[in-house]
Amino acid sequence: MTSTPASASFDPAAVSAPALEMRGITKRYPGVVANDRIDLVVRPGEIHALLGENGAGKSTLMNILYGLARPDEGQILLDGAEVKISGPADAISRGISMVHQHFMLVPVLTVAENILLGAETMANPVFLDRVEARRRIRELGARFGFEMDPDAKVATLSVGWQQRVEILKALYRQARILVLDEPTAVLTPQETEEIFAVLKRLAAEGHSIIFISHKLYEVLEIADRITVIRRGRVVGSRTPAETNEGDLAEMMVGREVQLTIDRGESHPGKSVLEVRGLHVADDRASEIVRGIDLQVRTGEILGIAGVAGNGQDELVEALVGLRRPTAGQIQLGGRDVAGHTPRQMNEAGVAYVPADRHRFGLVLPFSIADNVVLTSYYRVPFTHGPIRDEGEIESAAEQAIAAYDIRTPSATARAATLSGGNQQKLVVAREFSRELALLVLDQPTRGLDVGSIEFIHRQVLAKRDAGTAILLVSAELDEILELSDRIAVMYRGQLVATVDGRSADKYEIGLLMATGGRERTAELAEAAAADSGVTP
Amino acid sequence: MTAARPDQEASRRRSLGRRVWSAIGLPLVAIVLAMLVGAVVIIASELLVGGGQLNWGKPLEAYGALFQGAFGGTDAVVQTAVSTAPLLLAALGVGFGFKSGLFNIGAQGQYLTGALGAVAVGVALAGAPGIVAVPLSVLAGVAVGALWGFIPGFLKATRGAHEVVTTIMLNYVAISLLAALVAGPLNTPKSISPVTHDVGNAALPVFIGSNGHIGILIAVAMVAVVWFVLYRTTFGFEVRAVGVNPDAARYAGMRPRLLTMLTMTICGGLSGLAGAGDLLGVSHQMTSSFSTTVGFDSIAVALLGRSNPVGILFGAILFGAMRAGAPLMQIQASIPAELIDVIQGTVLFFLVATPVILRGFQTGLDTTQITRSYGEASH
Amino acid sequence: MDGLINGLYGIPLLGILVQFVGYIVHIVPDISPLLLQAATPLALGALCGVICERSGVVNIGIEGTMLASAFVAWIVGVTVAPLLPADPSPIFGITPTLLIALVAALLTALLISLVHAWLSITVRADQIISGTIINIAAFGVTGYLFQLIEKGSPTSAGAFTAFTPPSQLVQIPLVGWIFNMFLNQGPIAMSVIVIVIVMQVLLFRSRWGLRTRAVGEHPRAAETVGIDVVRLRYRNVLAGGLLAGLAGAFLTMEASNSFQTAMTQGRGFIALAAMIIGRWTPLGALGAALLFSSSQAIAQSITFAPPGGDLGTILTAIPAQGYDMLPYLVTIIVVAGLIGRSIPPAADGQPYEREAAT
Repeated sequence: MTSTPASASFDPAAVSAPALEMRGITKRYPGVVANDRIDLVVRPGEIHALLGENGAGKSTLMNILYGLARPDEGQILLDGAEVKISGPADAISRGISMVHQHFMLVPVLTVAENILLGAETMANPVFLDRVEARRRIRELGARFGFEMDPDAKVATLSVGWQQRVEILKALYRQARILVLDEPTAVLTPQETEEIFAVLKRLAAEGHSIIFISHKLYEVLEIADRITVIRRGRVVGSRTPAETNEGDLAEMMVGREVQLTIDRGESHPGKSVLEVRGLHVADDRASEIVRGIDLQVRTGEILGIAGVAGNGQDELVEALVGLRRPTAGQIQLGGRDVAGHTPRQMNEAGVAYVPADRHRFGLVLPFSIADNVVLTSYYRVPFTHGPIRDEGEIESAAEQAIAAYDIRTPSATARAATLSGGNQQKLVVAREFSRELALLVLDQPTRGLDVGSIEFIHRQVLAKRDAGTAILLVSAELDEILELSDRIAVMYRGQLVATVDGRSADKYEIGLLMATGGRERTAELAEAAAADSGVTP
Repeated sequence: MTAARPDQEASRRRSLGRRVWSAIGLPLVAIVLAMLVGAVVIIASELLVGGGQLNWGKPLEAYGALFQGAFGGTDAVVQTAVSTAPLLLAALGVGFGFKSGLFNIGAQGQYLTGALGAVAVGVALAGAPGIVAVPLSVLAGVAVGALWGFIPGFLKATRGAHEVVTTIMLNYVAISLLAALVAGPLNTPKSISPVTHDVGNAALPVFIGSNGHIGILIAVAMVAVVWFVLYRTTFGFEVRAVGVNPDAARYAGMRPRLLTMLTMTICGGLSGLAGAGDLLGVSHQMTSSFSTTVGFDSIAVALLGRSNPVGILFGAILFGAMRAGAPLMQIQASIPAELIDVIQGTVLFFLVATPVILRGFQTGLDTTQITRSYGEASH
Repeated sequence: MDGLINGLYGIPLLGILVQFVGYIVHIVPDISPLLLQAATPLALGALCGVICERSGVVNIGIEGTMLASAFVAWIVGVTVAPLLPADPSPIFGITPTLLIALVAALLTALLISLVHAWLSITVRADQIISGTIINIAAFGVTGYLFQLIEKGSPTSAGAFTAFTPPSQLVQIPLVGWIFNMFLNQGPIAMSVIVIVIVMQVLLFRSRWGLRTRAVGEHPRAAETVGIDVVRLRYRNVLAGGLLAGLAGAFLTMEASNSFQTAMTQGRGFIALAAMIIGRWTPLGALGAALLFSSSQAIAQSITFAPPGGDLGTILTAIPAQGYDMLPYLVTIIVVAGLIGRSIPPAADGQPYEREAAT
């Protein structure tokens, strides 16, 4: 192996020209301005963090940089020269590489094949030079401290190692600017530490790294500079020395006064839902809900706050019967219902307003009437024996349309023809208009207009006052604060804190969402260390 | 009910217009374009074979004979009905599968095994009273066809085997099985080439013309039955929901796997009925080369009818009439009957391609939606 | 030696199996060239399937593509034969007529594949529907034209002839029949071996192969590293078309010298079966094609010259159609994963939508 000055120290400030400059980038999508005159300067050897909530516009900005989207306005400069990036191939040839949050690796191919793909080292015009490729992969791995077998199938690697393959892919292409989209979202604390070491080494060799995240402590630990984006705009840019978690959280979440509706007093009664030691696995069979205990009583709203992807979806799916828990109890009115089917849950009085109404909520090509009876079509009065009672179905639909103010020409119109707000009202109408014990709401107002949001919030409070137990899951902190009587924060598959909904401080909860709480993080790291057999 | 605002009114009209276009307009455009292509083929082939003479009137002559053969007189109409019946039944089966998101390419095999079941029982009951022999033979055909549909349904639901692959393979297994049984256990001992006995009293009664058997009435009745099942029963509701959105269907408490098995069984039963009808109503016995074009024809009809039973009725009459009229076209205008297949393939092509052609290759428009509504092959 | 064999044959049950092996060893050398001949269209069709599906495009129109090229090869040959000199070359019996016919067949297949590629990649139509269109239309057009032309007494344009390997080579004990199998062949059948090996190597060792496999498994990942998914799929479907066209040409230019209506007789679908059982690899596809052709050939041998003894009684009791079913039954079993599940490329059959660069 040829020796390289591995840790030749690199002083970003000593180089004047920025490696990358984005000026006044604006990108509009129908109804939203995803990027609003964003400026970003990244210097050689700098680790630059882009911090912001989900949907703040970070991904759009990076897609523009990678040629996956064209900006409506603005310039991109590389080493001081303006460029137009026409697509990923163009971006790569200009030394920009992206590590996507969902890895872009082909599982059945080997490490070497994945790295070579699109940047093949050729022995001749037809055949790959696999010997040389292996040599270079080993050499690069050795240089940055992660040697791996080039002939291992990617599918057999752990997530942490797959990420290293992604980084090697970028290095193999001699990338100077590396974009990492939420690289730690899927990693354990140790893996995160290891990746950080790799990134620091890359920076020391002069690579520029753009690090997208919404985790404050990580950003403070790794970044040379932090740019915070909120609702498509840059709210500020700081070095870690100039700021702290509190400052960053405020910049990220904002402190605008929100419109609130009068929610009145809650009168919690007896316990309806009791969850004990619940564990749920995700689609890849890795445990993502790790031991949850919670209780919801009649007439109260329990809000579960948390950054998306901390296990909320799986928790909700377990509660409504779509996903079988791997361990633990779900008691509904004193009866254990863990592992029951969706229909059994439904008949036990559980209603569900899903985050993705197009997936679980509605059958879009069906009429409004058919969607109103989607979960009750098989029962009297909508059916007699095997035959549907169209009259009853239609009148139920007319009632729902009137009661929930669904704007439509008729009950026979397809659900697909409704606006987003009216589609959601349709889901709410179906789920709310029956005997309810427990109402599970998963981001019930995502993507809706203000009028529809207010309408749905009022309906939710009316249900609470009528004595329904309500579990509200949302990544929208404002929504949680506005409706919840109690708030629990979910972090890495566990509930890390429960606070009173009325006295809750937005800043404090935002911090819990982002960090899981200081002590908690330390505790988790210890637990993980204990798992791996290392005594702290 | 809320009063519709003007913009909603407009959007309602737009969406209605789109539905009318996709249910009626598009198929009609495809048919007309395909007939035009057929005309071009006729003219071009005249050029090739007819001594280099361009004969612009030839297509009209051919289509005239085709129409005459299909609708000119009672016998022709009866023949059209006889050709339409199996096409209609098999296409109802294929369309039923599409509604549930399943691509049943196995109508061919289900038709053949259905006929096989009918002839086996029909020959056995040839001497029994018709009132017993006919229903039992028909039911045997339906049952065996249904079994031939159940197998891929079961393999898909339990093993994830793609129904397109398994149904193609089962088509060929059916051909071999039929040949083996007709040459073997079902063979008439003294015949020169393998053939079964006549089904005798199990033959379907003729109610009109020389061979207008009651299978035609059963086929038309099945349009109503399938329509009713799809749109007026809870089972049909489940089938359609699973076909469009399996996730929502699962949340609604439906069982997609069970529905896959049931749906494929029904597809098979309908195609089996088609085969039983042809065997008991038309051929009355089976040779080892007993075959059919119903397999691909029914896919074309189901697509043309947009999987809707009423649309399928019209599609089946169209292609049934063509099949019935083709012999006269061949005799009078010397145009080979295979022209029908050319037209059929072209109709399908334009059905799929017209929306894209009309949009002038504009990118960014969701063209997948158009083809997907014909039935998505994936799960 | 004979004593030993007779002893083995005498073992109850197991003896039957040994007899069967003995029977196969006895008949295979005699029919070995036929095995490869029968396998040729299946293998070429399966290779077409491999090349298309490895890049994510399902092609059930192989049957129609084959049929159309077979027809065009024949009709073009018959048409140009009177115009051209007709003294065949000593090896393979090549004439200018045959070469022109072959090119015409390949062009036809290319054109049909272009339709399939356009419908399934650009229009993003359901690929099964697209293949069905090709099958129906090819059956119709060839049948139609054949009916028209048949009336004017069709002639033959001749066919490729088989190469005769030196008899010393063929008569080598034990392995001579293998040389006979691969060398006593016409040019298309002989080229199959070369094509299979070249494709096997290209698929797993070349840039094209790597990109093809990536696009068939995870097109989005391929696009993020700058690969043009649409262009690659077009190229593969067209290249696959050439192979299906070669299979069609084989039927009317090498296996016979004339055309018959629907003469492919489902070979395009057996080719799909061979592709699946061969696990989407060229070598596997050839192996499966040979397996299928062998089972057919052995079935015929059993009809004409059944073995004696118990084995003969058992084998003749199985109707010939039982062997016809074999490829299809094996495919169903493999697809259902009852024995050694065969898994298609992950993105097989899914239309790809470019990540919108708006």
